[in-house]
Amino acid sequence: MTRRIHWFTFASPSRFYWLSGKLLPWLWASAAVLTAIGLYIGFFVAPTDATQGESYRIIFIHVPAAWLSMIVYVAMAFWAAMGWMLNARMASMMARALAPTGALFTFIALWTGAFWGKPTWGAWWVWDARLTSELILLFLYLGYIALVEAIDDVRRADKAGALVAIVGAINVPIIYFSVRWWNTLHQGATISMTAAPKMASIMLTAMLLMTFAFWAYAFAVVFVRARAIVLEREADTAWVQEMWLQGKEAAR
Amino acid sequence: MIWGSAQEFFHMGGYGLYVWGSYAVTAVLMLVEPWLAARRRRRAAQRAQETAEMAEMGHS
Repeated sequence: MTRRIHWFTFASPSRFYWLSGKLLPWLWASAAVLTAIGLYIGFFVAPTDATQGESYRIIFIHVPAAWLSMIVYVAMAFWAAMGWMLNARMASMMARALAPTGALFTFIALWTGAFWGKPTWGAWWVWDARLTSELILLFLYLGYIALVEAIDDVRRADKAGALVAIVGAINVPIIYFSVRWWNTLHQGATISMTAAPKMASIMLTAMLLMTFAFWAYAFAVVFVRARAIVLEREADTAWVQEMWLQGKEAAR
Repeated sequence: MIWGSAQEFFHMGGYGLYVWGSYAVTAVLMLVEPWLAARRRRRAAQRAQETAEMAEMGHS
């Protein structure tokens, strides 16, 4: 007889709190090491670009931030939907923990895009499909945060937030395909599943390392925020009180 | 080596403002966010501990 694994136990806030605590040092270390190697290759190994000169080096943070801004949104909408449909506490908390990080990545993508657009296109901002849909993504994140913070009843706030997050998810494919569907100043996809990469492999290496670094950072900072939300919401539950009275968490 | 001197590195072939303007803001934000998240968890932990101690005193 094989023992059944109770996967749902990992979805409980107490399990999450314990497991994320174990993972956090490794996630922060990965983020730091990958950033160091990625930036070293990006600034000291990758050569000057033939057409854009040194300005192209913004790509090493611009593209990872833009990717993460979309991926985090999909994750947020997914966990918000899970929390709504299954009435799972941890899923709703995870959705809330993801939102500020997603908003931050969206802002970084827009900011670095402006600082790249100015020398390349001659304008900080243009009302182009890619840029406009990314700006809408920022407003979706901010709208989600404002909405869930404005409703005092936590469960109702989670449900209202889930509705906004799910409806807003339609914007993600629009961002992604905007460079194909409309005429745009923005260049096409950097990486495609079906075609060879359009950039030199050493530049690609630096960009992918920075992408993994941003992934690790996102996991780490979202876990920290999710742990904060767990403690805020579950302070009067038995498992949190026991943890403190046993002094397990007191030092941290 | 791509850069002949530190000055050349910071000059970024004339794109210094754009490259460093991007990296500086990104770096500041990605240091401030973990700090804010950690502070939020620390405060929540303090409150949870207070709640736990109050509850224990109530029981005894």
